[in-house]
Amino acid sequence: MPKIIKERRVQDDAWKVVTLAAGETAASVRLPVGPLLVPLAVWRARRAELIAREYEHGEPLGVWLAPDEGPETLLDDLDDFTVVAVHFPKFADGRGYSTARLLRERYGYRSELRAFGDVGRDQIFYLNRVGFDSFMVGTGRDATDALAAFGEFPEVYQGAVDQPLPLFRRRA
Amino acid sequence: MYRYDDYDRAIVTARVAQFRDQTRRFLAGTLPADEFRPLRLQNGLYVEKNGPMLRIAVPYGVLSAQQLRKLAAVTRRYDRGVGHFTTRHNLQLNWVKIEEVPDILAELAEVDMHAIQTSGNDIRNIVTDHFAGVADDELADTRPWAELLRQWSTLHPEFAYLPKKFKIGITAAREDRAAIRVNDVGLELRQDANGATGFRVFVGGGLGRTPLVGQAIRDFLPWPHLVTYLEAVLRVYNRYGRRDNTTKARIKILVKSLGAVEFARQVEEEWSHLKDGPATLTQAEVDRVAAHFAPPAYENLPAEDLCYVGFLREDAAFARWAARSVHAHKVPGYAAVTLSLKGLRAAPGDATAEQLEAAADIAEHFSFNEVRVSHEQNLVLPHVPLRELYTVWHLAKAVRLASPVTGLVGDIIACPGGDFCELANARSLNVVAELQERFENLHLQHEIGELDINISGCMNACGHHHIGHIGILGVDKHGAEFYQVALGGRQGHGLAFGEVVGPAFAADEVGDAVERIVGVYLEHRLGHERFIDTFDRIGLAPFRSAAYQQTEQEKIYA
Repeated sequence: MPKIIKERRVQDDAWKVVTLAAGETAASVRLPVGPLLVPLAVWRARRAELIAREYEHGEPLGVWLAPDEGPETLLDDLDDFTVVAVHFPKFADGRGYSTARLLRERYGYRSELRAFGDVGRDQIFYLNRVGFDSFMVGTGRDATDALAAFGEFPEVYQGAVDQPLPLFRRRA
Repeated sequence: MYRYDDYDRAIVTARVAQFRDQTRRFLAGTLPADEFRPLRLQNGLYVEKNGPMLRIAVPYGVLSAQQLRKLAAVTRRYDRGVGHFTTRHNLQLNWVKIEEVPDILAELAEVDMHAIQTSGNDIRNIVTDHFAGVADDELADTRPWAELLRQWSTLHPEFAYLPKKFKIGITAAREDRAAIRVNDVGLELRQDANGATGFRVFVGGGLGRTPLVGQAIRDFLPWPHLVTYLEAVLRVYNRYGRRDNTTKARIKILVKSLGAVEFARQVEEEWSHLKDGPATLTQAEVDRVAAHFAPPAYENLPAEDLCYVGFLREDAAFARWAARSVHAHKVPGYAAVTLSLKGLRAAPGDATAEQLEAAADIAEHFSFNEVRVSHEQNLVLPHVPLRELYTVWHLAKAVRLASPVTGLVGDIIACPGGDFCELANARSLNVVAELQERFENLHLQHEIGELDINISGCMNACGHHHIGHIGILGVDKHGAEFYQVALGGRQGHGLAFGEVVGPAFAADEVGDAVERIVGVYLEHRLGHERFIDTFDRIGLAPFRSAAYQQTEQEKIYA
């Protein structure tokens, strides 16, 4: 079973990430059994079907956003998701950091927020700060090694999701 | 000066440990080079032609004597005893070893210094006026604001992977000495009718391939909102700035494509959610930081010092230096003094360990322990009593820090160019050397008067060639170095970009061309008119026709 980092430890993970291969469409892609993280396009095209899966089969709902897909697109449904994931095709594409803060700080999303793709040890400290609480590290990266990232800085200047108050409001 | 407390120290120390571990993993082969690259850049470590280069931050250009001595020691121990000051308050070491960089950073941390975000697609070192706190034309000291922004931007979790680098400049003076309108965000400190402090906010300025002047998107931002508003600007940029084409990724391209009005609207919309949130600055915090920049214990001195006046009369060389190097100070009896890093046969902005130590000694004895770094790549002693100027001149002269050329032809601003930089299309230091030699005669330089020459080795414009009175850009033509010359650029509140005179010159022609251009000026100027004023009056045409014509004298020697 694939591993993720959650609650600051490495755990098994049952979620499958659905992607659209060339030639597949949101309307036609096969949805396997089990908990799914579907692309935003699939969520939009097959919202009713996915909600029915949840009601009838107890399959939790999950969706993932590409870097250019803002959280605004999910607002009406946010409470329904067990997991919202944000994809980082390249770790140097930082749009997902704003997506996360908006989900947490502005839109009040409380359930699991997952970063996946090209992320690992050297991104997790910041990702955790902006509100991600689970991490599927990229292939070839070591999840156990990545746990060290959480403790990299004992103090931070800015407020963010993990610590809403900037240092100047806490300085002794 | 700002002194770290335990919080600041803990953060910078942790950054050193983090980078030490990243470097260790890179050297051990477990962190691939392409992944290490953005991480090391966020710590100022480049890999250049001669090997690794480390860019150390001098936040808003302020250094203590102790920090200067540490920089000197670091250049001796880990480099070749010389450092290069850039146009954005940074010091570059060109000959470091990757495996030793964590040790360098650890040594810097001992004196409250770092290399955080001196490169990479993140918020860079904040620049400000090198006369901040002492200038007689400023509304307020900008250093506390720059320090507040340094803390806010340091290791900012949301904005570490922006589309491209992000530069902020602040000024509070009538004369903009920080070139704020060629920064991604320019902040002009102002006061409203009730005397409250705030900022006019410019966005989208920048040089490089597409030079643009920053546009005002807010006329008056009350100071408590400085950080929340900047977060809104950065968030709009982070989300919508272009990431498909690295040459179009700066915020200026986004502002240009949306238009400043629409960009401002998006920022205001974003800001409406952040305004009055926890990042809103407090009076207590502003006071805490400002206390670090309280004026030193100035003596009560007469506005005029008779000894100084006497030396000016008796010693022509001293008078010539003072005319260029001594600047007005808001406190009577004091002056700010430029220590020129534009010596003959030296790269602009280069300082040896001996020079750094000498500057530290001078600062300790005559300038309340403080030195500034200017964006013109010189050092500045911010508070020298007039009666000590003659002594300071002698001490500076002994270590070649007293070229009397500040603001003149010899005060060339230049990037390191093709001799060092991986990105360069042409060398720049060869042109510097050529011009230094041609204008070596100090009488001639003083006769020519104020003339800014800026040289960049490529479109990225680290030498700010767009805003030089004479701007020189190195280009590559079929593998040969050529130089495009532009005239009429200028910094300050009248900021303008130069106009290209015509086809680029070969490396061995550019010196002649500049000399001819200066010749046209000398021929046409009226009275004490500066180069730039003559240019404005007579336009480009006479310069253009002369630049490509051999003079009679050149024909004789040809």
